[in-house]
Amino acid sequence: MLDLRGRRTFPTFLVVFLGPAVVCYTLFMMYPLVESLVLSFFSVQPDNSYIFSGFANFVRLFTDSDTAPRFWGALKNNVIFFLIHMLVQNPIGLLLASLLVTKGKGRGFYRTVLFMPTVLSVVIIGFIWQLILNPLWGVAESMMRAVGLGSLFQPWLGLPEYALPATALISVWQFIGIPMILFYTALIGIPDELIEAAVVDGCTEGQVFWRIKFPLILPTIGIVSILTFVGNFNAFDLIYTMKGAFAGPAYSTDIMGTLFYRTFFGQQLQLGNPTMGATVATMMFLIILAGVLLYMFLFQRRVKTYQL
Amino acid sequence: MKKCLLAVTIVLIAISVFAQQKVTLTIESWRNDDIQIWQDQIIPAFEKKNPTIHVVFAPTPPAEYNGVLNSKLEGGTAGDLITARPFDASLALFNKGYLADLTNLPGMNNFSDVAKSAWITDDGKHVFAVPMASVIHGFFYNKDIFKKLNLKVPQTKAEFMQVLEAIKKDGRYIPLAMGTADMWEAATMGFQNIGPNNWKGEEGRLALISGKQKYTDAPYIKTWKELASWAPYMPKGYQSVKYPDAQQLFTLGKAAIYPTGSWEIALFEKDAAFDLGIFQPPVEKKGDTVYISDHTDIALGMNAKTKYPEEAKKFLEWMTTAEFASLYSNALPGFFTLSNHKITLKDPLANEFLSWRATCKSTIRNSYQILSRGDQYGAPNLENELWQVSAAVINGTMTPEEAGKRVQAGLDKWYKPKK
Repeated sequence: MLDLRGRRTFPTFLVVFLGPAVVCYTLFMMYPLVESLVLSFFSVQPDNSYIFSGFANFVRLFTDSDTAPRFWGALKNNVIFFLIHMLVQNPIGLLLASLLVTKGKGRGFYRTVLFMPTVLSVVIIGFIWQLILNPLWGVAESMMRAVGLGSLFQPWLGLPEYALPATALISVWQFIGIPMILFYTALIGIPDELIEAAVVDGCTEGQVFWRIKFPLILPTIGIVSILTFVGNFNAFDLIYTMKGAFAGPAYSTDIMGTLFYRTFFGQQLQLGNPTMGATVATMMFLIILAGVLLYMFLFQRRVKTYQL
Repeated sequence: MKKCLLAVTIVLIAISVFAQQKVTLTIESWRNDDIQIWQDQIIPAFEKKNPTIHVVFAPTPPAEYNGVLNSKLEGGTAGDLITARPFDASLALFNKGYLADLTNLPGMNNFSDVAKSAWITDDGKHVFAVPMASVIHGFFYNKDIFKKLNLKVPQTKAEFMQVLEAIKKDGRYIPLAMGTADMWEAATMGFQNIGPNNWKGEEGRLALISGKQKYTDAPYIKTWKELASWAPYMPKGYQSVKYPDAQQLFTLGKAAIYPTGSWEIALFEKDAAFDLGIFQPPVEKKGDTVYISDHTDIALGMNAKTKYPEEAKKFLEWMTTAEFASLYSNALPGFFTLSNHKITLKDPLANEFLSWRATCKSTIRNSYQILSRGDQYGAPNLENELWQVSAAVINGTMTPEEAGKRVQAGLDKWYKPKK
């Protein structure tokens, strides 16, 4: 930065512009995060004092015969939870977005309706779906019976093998609007000339999509994936609303968020353990950090962004 | 601008003057079902006598209570009076210095040692909460359905199963209103309800603490086996039926029997349009002693860091009086006062529950005292383990033997009985 006489001056305006964000972010995000990381290296004594214990919490989390199955189980469930979102939510989101950009009637209506669950409270979503799937008064069974599938109905939320996919699909139902809107905006950002030129050159619909649209929205697919990843590994509210902190049956819907909650705040007669909770939180942070770094180095740097 | 400031100052002064006249005490509780009763009956009765004290009942949903309370205590934002769970959970709070010592509170002598036993240190020197109530486990049944199907109230286990079978055969009603989705029903309303008849109440409970019995022993395995045999009589899809679902199933008259405890009286009497009856946990053969779970469930302690210890103590002292005992037990039928005051209960069902004390032997839930101290992460909490395995046994995903083994292994990990 040079002043009128050509001398280097300190760029005060940078401080002014960045200052508020830096202060707020440091105070409310960085400081608690660092504090929580530090806490994971301590352990709490019966008289409520904290002593430094090095990696003891982590060793216990990974190796203890009671703790380790919970941690690995939660991690495994979380990966499944994420995969279901990647395989169901994002492709369907893309499909819906592709349908929305075609010239059909009622697009505005569907765009709004499909996005609606996303802005609803998770408590309402959990409540509605529990009622729908309820084996006593739920509408799911009678609807299935009406089309002759009544015998396939099961109390899915209560069966260990189905509870996790069921909750994951409910979460997909809720959040489908986000990838849909992101893909939608990316798709309408593609200039008509490109598509028209392709059609003139004799491309089929499929070719137009895979050869022209898809490469152009690839960066958006990356962003949607990483948003899904971060969102899923931070997920907690839906499972807690529907299955409680125990994430039953038999921990089958237990993910990192519920494990953290149980550990940190305690449950029924079990008291919370802040340092062990911080250890779980640290692991969540590291897992998410690793995922984001992988994305940044392996995907974002390589993906081609076209200037349109 | 200046006028505005002046107005604000005046308002602030007015508020602070007003606040000085009245002290507000906040009660932390998990009994959100009772908020109406506290607001309309109990608190007004106290405030009438103590016009300078304002009391606010601020409950948290039961499943979140302990977690929320702990973080509030840790953060120093908890209320002045704290509803205390029995035994280990509250003892830990006292040991951490969150609950005040109430040993010398006037009126404590209105409670027997048994009543105080749930809120006292191991050496018996410090009492840290005023006992409020106990709840008695048992079975509710729909008298109309029993009459229609010509059924007799079961006394023995065999009769109980016959009744369930008869209702199932008839097909119009669900025999047993219960689900396992919330897990605690399986442990609290199942295992701890029918179990005492198998492990002979206090005898078995103390034997577990002294290490003479283990959860892998016959009485416990037998209890889980009996629970597993309930499954065919529970509503279809019971694995995802939650506690409120089961309550409604029963009060709507769609189910015949509901295993639970006296705490349901108020709700059931309000909602059920049929004649309610209760029966004791069934025994092996006629004439056997019935052991009932008469669980010391709820007490009120004082936040050690309260700003108004004098006022809080005044409230606690009032809770030791006969007036409170009578008010509380009658306002909340099914919660029986733990004080020595002679009170008359108006509710017939509550009276019937209470009459069991004369003919049955009382015990408490076997996982609450001492054995639930595996609260440090890595030593599984016994009560929580019982929830898990009891629900799994009914769901058929775990055998009774596996359940016993898992619970005992978790206990052995940290608990060494005194020899």
